[in-house]
Amino acid sequence: MASETHYGEGGDVFERIQAMMKWTPQGRALGFEVTKLEGNHVWGRAPYKPELVGDPETGVIAGGVITTFLDQLCGMAAVLAMKEPSMVATIDIRIDYMRGATPGRDVLAEAHCYKIGRNVAFVRAVAFEDDAGNPIAHATATFMVNATRKFGANLTEKKS
Amino acid sequence: MTPQEQLTAALARIPYATFLGVRAELKGDELTLVLPYSEHLLGNPLLPALHGGVVGALMELTAITQLAIASKSAKFPKTIDVGFDYLRSGKPVDTFARAKVIKIGRRIANVQAEAWQGERGQPIAAMHGHFLVGDDDAANPKT
Repeated sequence: MASETHYGEGGDVFERIQAMMKWTPQGRALGFEVTKLEGNHVWGRAPYKPELVGDPETGVIAGGVITTFLDQLCGMAAVLAMKEPSMVATIDIRIDYMRGATPGRDVLAEAHCYKIGRNVAFVRAVAFEDDAGNPIAHATATFMVNATRKFGANLTEKKS
Repeated sequence: MTPQEQLTAALARIPYATFLGVRAELKGDELTLVLPYSEHLLGNPLLPALHGGVVGALMELTAITQLAIASKSAKFPKTIDVGFDYLRSGKPVDTFARAKVIKIGRRIANVQAEAWQGERGQPIAAMHGHFLVGDDDAANPKT
């Protein structure tokens, strides 16, 4: 399934990506899951939870949850596209909303890293319920790929 | 009820605002949303850094709330599009956000927002977006 990825030799890529998703406290709190990988494409699920409703009158999930989900899944796609997996940092993400999510239903999404350079990864994503052709939202995002050095510096500073 | 109390009550009705732990401070018609730090808001526990989505959500919530105040409509505005620029990583401390309504038209409003932590002049992220305001049914016949 993940034969086209450059994601190193050791370990199961799918398991590692799933573990990475669960490693994020906010992703864990929201219950995000990775469901499928193929090439530099990642599919995921954000389960419907009543505590995440943004409009109490309609029961529609908050836009912020979709933002967090798409940001996370786009980041995963960027990591998947890297030869040596490391941390990424979001530079920007733009989200277009076609409609509100259906109350009571899980939100699914597919993210695709279509270009990765030494410094920047370019990702697009679509969120939907059953059919990517009937989208809730579209996103385009860029990520800084050499985020580890900066992250490491931050870590050292914190320990001293 | 004072406007501050109305705002607090309105936010309390949004489950997701409660989930994040957001509270509002209103001075005149200027609104600041405060996101107190909590461990579940982290995107990277090693650094640690706040999840970008959470910072985005805070700014979007600020924009929607500020817009609701500005438009004096009982209905929540709906997001058409939002763009987030991340300027520095969010530290594990309280985060603040303010929004500026650039223009309200009959159906669409243009809003900008910023989030900061230590210094107001050094934002950690910025947002710009368009929101649907006014009569939902007329503006969006399919929903």
